[in-house]
Amino acid sequence: MRILLIGAWSAAFCLTAGFAQDVTVIQNATIHTVTKGTMKGSIVIRDGKIAEVGEKVMTPSGARVIDAAGKHVIPGIIDCHTHIAVDAINEGSVSVSSMVGVGDVVNSEGKDIYRALAGGVTTANVLHGSANAIGGKNVLLKMRWGKDADALVFQEALPSIKFALGENPKRAGQATGFQAPGAQQNLRYPGTRMGVEDVIREAFLRAQEYQKEWKAYEAKKSKGEAALPPRRDLQMEPLVEVLEGKRLVHAHCYRADEILMLLRVAEEFHFKIATLQHVLEGYKLAKEIAAAGVGASTFSDWWSYKVEAYDAIPYNAAIMHKKGVLVSLNSDDAGGAELMRRLNTEAGKMMKYGGLTEDEALAMITINPAKQLKIDQYVGSIEAGKQADLVIYDKDPLSIYSKVEKVFIDGNQYFDREKDLEERPKQDARKKGLLEKEKETEKRNAPLSRRPS
Amino acid sequence: MMRLAWIALAAGTLMAGQDNTFLLRNATVYPVSGPKIENATILVVDGKIVEVGVKVTPPKGKIKIVEGKGLQVYPGMIDSGSPIGLSEISSVRETNDVGELGDFNPQLRSIIAVNPESEHIPVVRANGITSVMVLPGGGNGLVYGQISLMHLSGWTWEEMEIRRGAALQMRWPTYSMGGRGGGGGGGRGGAAGGGMAEAKRVHDQQVKLIQEFFEQSRAYQLAKVAGTPGLKPELKFEAMIPVLEGKLPVMITVAREREIKEAVEWATKEKLKVVLAGVRRPGKMTEELAKRNIPVILGSTFEVPLEDDDPYDEPFSLPGELQKAGVKIAFASFGVQFARNLPYQAAQAVPFGLPYDEALKSVTLNAAEIWGVADQYGSIEKGKWADLIVTDGDPLEVKTSVRMMFVKGEPVDLESKHTRLYKKYLARP
Repeated sequence: MRILLIGAWSAAFCLTAGFAQDVTVIQNATIHTVTKGTMKGSIVIRDGKIAEVGEKVMTPSGARVIDAAGKHVIPGIIDCHTHIAVDAINEGSVSVSSMVGVGDVVNSEGKDIYRALAGGVTTANVLHGSANAIGGKNVLLKMRWGKDADALVFQEALPSIKFALGENPKRAGQATGFQAPGAQQNLRYPGTRMGVEDVIREAFLRAQEYQKEWKAYEAKKSKGEAALPPRRDLQMEPLVEVLEGKRLVHAHCYRADEILMLLRVAEEFHFKIATLQHVLEGYKLAKEIAAAGVGASTFSDWWSYKVEAYDAIPYNAAIMHKKGVLVSLNSDDAGGAELMRRLNTEAGKMMKYGGLTEDEALAMITINPAKQLKIDQYVGSIEAGKQADLVIYDKDPLSIYSKVEKVFIDGNQYFDREKDLEERPKQDARKKGLLEKEKETEKRNAPLSRRPS
Repeated sequence: MMRLAWIALAAGTLMAGQDNTFLLRNATVYPVSGPKIENATILVVDGKIVEVGVKVTPPKGKIKIVEGKGLQVYPGMIDSGSPIGLSEISSVRETNDVGELGDFNPQLRSIIAVNPESEHIPVVRANGITSVMVLPGGGNGLVYGQISLMHLSGWTWEEMEIRRGAALQMRWPTYSMGGRGGGGGGGRGGAAGGGMAEAKRVHDQQVKLIQEFFEQSRAYQLAKVAGTPGLKPELKFEAMIPVLEGKLPVMITVAREREIKEAVEWATKEKLKVVLAGVRRPGKMTEELAKRNIPVILGSTFEVPLEDDDPYDEPFSLPGELQKAGVKIAFASFGVQFARNLPYQAAQAVPFGLPYDEALKSVTLNAAEIWGVADQYGSIEKGKWADLIVTDGDPLEVKTSVRMMFVKGEPVDLESKHTRLYKKYLARP
């Protein structure tokens, strides 16, 4: 019943949103380009891309004109860490679950997509969970609400994989006093931070061996010698891609000790970490993180929800940024898309916690995550040539008093607050109708209570 | 005496007289009870506000001057519900003293378990929150205990205390099909998998338990008034007497229309002074709450909508809808980790229909009124205690910093574990 209602809703909304691939001009707006300053001007969108940005632009005849006087435009928000729009998050039964991927279980009807969109998010990194030292593969989605699962995928992006350190991956390896004696037999290695390091090193040793087998095979084959290809190992394949720089690593971590460990393990095996995720004690290790050229994606002000988050401080992002680390802010939303709706004010908080400028704060939810995800040539700022992922706010986007009015992805408008408000009474009426039909059906199908005697 | 001498010594030559006597001048004052006053001065003597205005006559002799040029002054904010001091690391059982065993615990008093050294206290007050209704309960019980109103400053819980028993905390049973009840309390699952019939059975049984407990409490009260010989003192029932007399407010956690209706009808019949908390879906009960002057303590606006097909902004627009209907609202963090974000919870409702002045009231004067301390707290007015925050902007805005804080006129340190670690690691070579 529930799914039915949402289906009806999404179809109805898509009909009202324009999807014409023609020219749109957003005029008279305060444009926060993020990379090239803030100006009063216009943005020309053509074929899904930003064709021109400037104080004075030519408005092509026949263009759809949006007057944004008094409004603010920012690049679509990029959330570097979410678990939305998927039917499963953790394959936690093994310590290395690189053979699975959340991209296989995307639910394009998840209402969280629409809610994220309504909060200005246009791209979301959807990660496997943190149950294992080496987790599953991730998927990068654009919030193209109404499209099917395949059409949500950010096609140009590199694939990626999740790692996790600390309390979460060692949890399944620790018996608690309340477990039945038999439960101990089901403990999963590792149960300590030492074991977490070991799992990662063992896995990459195997991946190196596997890589060698393939290289030897390819070499023989290229010489025309007879050779049997190695048996494909779906667990090892993604790790070989990591070794070859073809797959990004996003690593969940909290404490400075475990972060340092991972940086050194990556050096040992000559691969790179794209981002440290959460990285709540990153501020203690900013020098080393900056030197390794690794990105950090963190929370604004979360702390104290577990022991490894007890030294978390809201100045984390600011310290790392000041010490040369590329920093982004994320929501870690699973299912509900709550924080995703207000990453703009999470960024705003950074002006207080550490005194960042407006542009530095905005960068943490736009161009910085784009760089971390290696998609900055496509999105993350308002520049000619980039994909037209844009958000129109009624006020200063870093203020808690602002709200999102319109959201564009690839130049198409996917969210309009006015239309959303207009739709609500119709939506209520549709729901009422469906509920009545359900009642009728139930009545019709009910067993006869009185039978003729 | 010894103590006073020490304070005077510590204060040094900076000021004459007590620390809690001063003149705060040249600031823009937002009294909340009235319009803002530019270039204003506040005279505080022995911790109380003696005068506020543009022309304030300073008392004779030396007085400490606090310069407020370019800054704004607001009353300290009040969080209408948080287990702060009772819960340090939410996932570690040993650091939590919330939610005693048993269904009925009106005799419990939250403040006596508050750890004044909790790292959360300085973190929360750094955002302008000077006092908190400390919640004893949550989870499986029905009547959790007494909520204490306390300052976020003091060497001991006794020094922090404003009112040991400020309200009784309870929850109304939900029709819960396994999931949680929503809002600040949540519900005892019980009915998981059993469908609506089982949910109703569990709900009805719990309502019956509440009714029986109140009947027993009344019987005890009557026996006591009548001076019945042989009546043995019973702490649970003793604690219920001010509740039954309608003197102590009862904060009932209840989220949805159907349960709100039941709770309100029951509380009216029992002649209780009632405050609802964690309201999410009041429906047609909104008008009823306004008519009966029942205030509502809202939980965080930072929630996802209750149902999948609810409007995306449902939690943002609820505060404005209640306020417009004439319901008095205040906000509670209902937690510890994000308690410092109380001002933003209120502010988030502003672009979605809550007037700004009402948002500010909801974390200051409204809370003081609801908890019966508006004669002493909640606004900057002559005769009230000087619980003040001095800011560099609107305290409900995320970019604003609190520069100074006074609790009963005493300056409060705004440093915390977070600022200490910030400074330490920013300076790391």
